[in-house]
Amino acid sequence: MSVIVTRAGFLTSVQDLGRSGFREFGVSSGGGLDSFGLRVANLLVGNHEGAAGLEITLGGLQLRFEDEHVVAWCGGEFDVSIGSTQLPSGHAGHVQAGERLKFGRPQIGCRAWLAVSGGIDVPAVLGSRSTDLRAQFGGFEGRTLRDGDELPLGISPGSLPLATGISMWTAPHDWVSAVMPKPVLRFVRGVDWKRFNASTLRRLTTEAFTVSPDSDRMGVRLKGPELKRADESDLISEAVAPGTIQVPPNGKPILLLGDCQTIGGYPKIVHVITVDLGIAAQLRAGDRVRFSEVALIDAHRLLLKREREFERFRIGLSLQRT
Amino acid sequence: MEIVPLGDSALIVRVRDRFEDAPEETLDTVLRAFQQLRGADIPGVIELAPAYTSVAFFFDPVAVAKATETRYKMFEWLATRIRGVVAAGADRGRHRSSASPGVRLLEIPVCYDREFALDIDDVAQRAKTSPSEVVRLHSAAEYRVACIGFVPGFPFLTGLPKELTTPRREVPRKEISPGSVGIGGAQTGIYPLRSPGGWNLIGRTPLRLFDSQKNPPALLRAGERVRFRKISRDEFESLRNEKSHPERSEGPRRRSSRHTSESA
Repeated sequence: MSVIVTRAGFLTSVQDLGRSGFREFGVSSGGGLDSFGLRVANLLVGNHEGAAGLEITLGGLQLRFEDEHVVAWCGGEFDVSIGSTQLPSGHAGHVQAGERLKFGRPQIGCRAWLAVSGGIDVPAVLGSRSTDLRAQFGGFEGRTLRDGDELPLGISPGSLPLATGISMWTAPHDWVSAVMPKPVLRFVRGVDWKRFNASTLRRLTTEAFTVSPDSDRMGVRLKGPELKRADESDLISEAVAPGTIQVPPNGKPILLLGDCQTIGGYPKIVHVITVDLGIAAQLRAGDRVRFSEVALIDAHRLLLKREREFERFRIGLSLQRT
Repeated sequence: MEIVPLGDSALIVRVRDRFEDAPEETLDTVLRAFQQLRGADIPGVIELAPAYTSVAFFFDPVAVAKATETRYKMFEWLATRIRGVVAAGADRGRHRSSASPGVRLLEIPVCYDREFALDIDDVAQRAKTSPSEVVRLHSAAEYRVACIGFVPGFPFLTGLPKELTTPRREVPRKEISPGSVGIGGAQTGIYPLRSPGGWNLIGRTPLRLFDSQKNPPALLRAGERVRFRKISRDEFESLRNEKSHPERSEGPRRRSSRHTSESA
């Protein structure tokens, strides 16, 4: 079973929940930048939550299915259609053999995650089907998709959850559409918080930052108030993680995303919390973003709460289909 | 030892607070903590990675919460567990007769020909010596992998002769060929993949430093010892045409070496 990429769009790659176990060799975690959105989309089409899907940046993707499948997507505000029928985010849609799926340009946000029943069946490399674009391995031939590619699809774990049309069932709105017109990202303090003086730290939480065009899957570069360090001592390189905001000597912060390096030598001022990484993944050039502080204990509380709701959602979906 | 959060799903175990003063001893201590934590089976751990003075500890907060009653104070809970594991290991280490086990030494062939040594004149000028002396010094020293990072498989090597210290180029190159050997500050390293980079290039190895089809995917890991062997352009070609990235049990010549004092 397969699907033909008739238009690859601006930047589309195969991603799952990312890679682990090879960080000591410098291998990034990668994976769908909104891994929660991808998990939700997978459940909607009857997949295991970790199946590989497509990450679509700035739209333009068109697919032609060779066989019947069920698809669902989460992410920014895109116009998506199966044939001439609109497919809103967070709903499952049945695709017949020969039918086309199209992604338009996003109104708000910049990325979407598409799940297809059976998952994208590329070989796992170092334990994951995610594409590492920097090191060029994994996913589909270690690269972004091109017009004409034929992607192998897996076999659904059960019967297709939908025989026709668009599903009634859906997921909570903020899960399937992690975009905010005025995004605010919550953070916990980083180890180098104290290397910045009080007025700099105040600017971080009171002023807005603008997303630079040179942002990518490695990180979101921000312009705005300069975050100059109070001390200039050299730091020893140590681990960084998706969500880390590091501040190079020019004072322009970089919010790291899934494809970020494993280590860094710049001060780590704060870390965006895991439940807000989906919102961070929607930031595009020119967007304004603000930051607000939460305690580490609250970051964990929010994450555990969402996970409990996800578990209920999973059970609810399986009951609906029986 | 200091344990600090790295966001909500990772933390950093800072085993030492300085590196350059005693790289050998620091690396031994950090790697011991890394091995102990890896063997400790702490609930919720996803992966660990050593770098210079610290060990990064990535965890799944959901799995940690399931394993503990404290639920939300999971950072404190993990920090206590980690302290216990590392302290117990340090005790055992003290009772051992020899502090450091045998560490693999890998010999890496490097062609220092002009064609690959784009910045060797800059390095020589700064060291107030000749390019051939740069090659002699670089290939005579013994190095140790302080960390793998930047791109997959890139080894940061400590042990560079002090004369060869050269700051990074002011304008980084947009593209560097795989296998390029460079000097950045007081370290030397090898670019495993085509990537941008700002280090001063002095040679190239025909070996593959990273191969995603192998496990482990990188030729080197933190703590290992490295020597560079000067080879000719012909040897470079013939080695490159051989199956590179040899199996760990054969390939580049190696011997195990006992702990020595700082080599730089």
